[in-house]
Amino acid sequence: MAPGTRVGLGLSFFVLFTALWAAVTLGGLVPPNFLADPFTMVKSGWVLLTEMGFGWDIAMTVWRVVGGFVIAAAIALPLGVLMGAYKPVEAFFEPFISFARYLPASAFIPLLILWAGIGESQKLAVIFIGSFFQLVLMIAVTVGNTRKDLVEAAYTLGCSDASIVKRVLIRGAAPEICEILRMVLGWAWTYVIVAELIGASSGIGHMITDSQALLATDNIIFGIIVIGLIGLLSDLGFKWLNRSLFPWAQLGR
Amino acid sequence: MNTASSLHMTSTSPILSIQGVSRSFAANTGAAPTVALQATSLDVAENDFITILGPSGCGKSTLLRIVAGLDQQSSGQVLLDGRAITGPGADRGMVFQSYTLFPWLSVRDNVCFGLNERGMPRAQQLEVAQGFIQKVGLVGFEHHYPKQLSGGMQQRTAIARALANGPRMLLMDEPFGALDHQTRELMQELLLGIWEAERKTVLFVTHDIDEAVFMGSRVLVMSARPGRIKLDRHVPIPHPRSYAIKTTPAFMELKAELTEQVRAEVLAAQAAMA
Repeated sequence: MAPGTRVGLGLSFFVLFTALWAAVTLGGLVPPNFLADPFTMVKSGWVLLTEMGFGWDIAMTVWRVVGGFVIAAAIALPLGVLMGAYKPVEAFFEPFISFARYLPASAFIPLLILWAGIGESQKLAVIFIGSFFQLVLMIAVTVGNTRKDLVEAAYTLGCSDASIVKRVLIRGAAPEICEILRMVLGWAWTYVIVAELIGASSGIGHMITDSQALLATDNIIFGIIVIGLIGLLSDLGFKWLNRSLFPWAQLGR
Repeated sequence: MNTASSLHMTSTSPILSIQGVSRSFAANTGAAPTVALQATSLDVAENDFITILGPSGCGKSTLLRIVAGLDQQSSGQVLLDGRAITGPGADRGMVFQSYTLFPWLSVRDNVCFGLNERGMPRAQQLEVAQGFIQKVGLVGFEHHYPKQLSGGMQQRTAIARALANGPRMLLMDEPFGALDHQTRELMQELLLGIWEAERKTVLFVTHDIDEAVFMGSRVLVMSARPGRIKLDRHVPIPHPRSYAIKTTPAFMELKAELTEQVRAEVLAAQAAMA
């Protein structure tokens, strides 16, 4: 399929979706306190951004997601690689992490408030818990799935264990690790909003809670759409990064 | 002492000495372990090109992998230049049947891989790599990634990668097994030409009798599982060899004998399976 057609088709569904939304809201099928129409939403969004300092909320939320995620990734990367490379390390950590990843991050919020208060460290901790265990497991599996014959070839070329990890396991798994980071970052966005619904004085989630009290569906929808747009941008960014860092992985697809 | 080693005893000490090497695999609890390779002894002289023939599952790849250090023998020992082999190393280059180029590296960086590992300066790496890229006829493809190459070109790169590392011996496990017939014949000539120029010691596993006779200065036939060396023949055809020798009487005669021997083992292997 030509890239132009692809983009065109993708965009046309956005248009169709908005048209349907406009039809049901402006046509009076759905009352505005249930669902605002697109034009009101855009107008309210503009007011939010220009008069209510919503830009600051967005910045806070982005910082929380990125901060918590970077901390999680910084620890998950070396641990995941070690688990994928060394069976005893995997045997030691894997059962616990498999258990821990089913612990819902949002259920920790009351505990985290108790431990860390309602400040930024609590928000970062929610993101950390939500993404760390997933990252470790997925990275470990990817690294562990490195082709055995490539490892053997590297050994016959004189590699030590350490350079097998560095020059074969990490290099070979890098594009997939990048893809894992992209996916888990997407999940981190769902945790941050939950964290901000409780005990926050800023952030997109906080704005949504405030709007709930006023039945301001236009503001709520605007908040949701902003999250969607930021998610889309970070997705595209990761895809672009992956393509430019690992052109070899795109071959033969 | 078996005939294999006594026939080819030379005055100089062998480069590789395989002494009573066997390999068995642990079976499920209770059952006796599966013997893949019976105690095998073999001396390989410097500059020899030894081809190893045998039915599938006869342990010929196992033997090669033990020499490479990628598999551990159950008994016996392998000596390279008199020193026991305990694991894989750069002194034994290997070319596999599967395509094992690193997909994230260009042809040139694949060939540099081993040189890089031992810390050779980049400029020198490139010089060595270029020489071998030229020998395998891949000039102009230095910056291609493996996925952009045909199977034959990938195996040529793999040969260059192994040779560039300057190993004492080259171990080849059916390196042309996945290639089509025409490509395979061209690759045989290419490798033979390189061998005639470099005189590397080679152990070459194959199931193709033509290939074994054409390439080898010495052909071994292995028996059906559990494998052992049942035949050891010097190939009485002088070097340099061109593809035209495949129709000479000396070639045909040896091929006929080996065909009989291998066929008997394949039948034995099939009978054992049934």
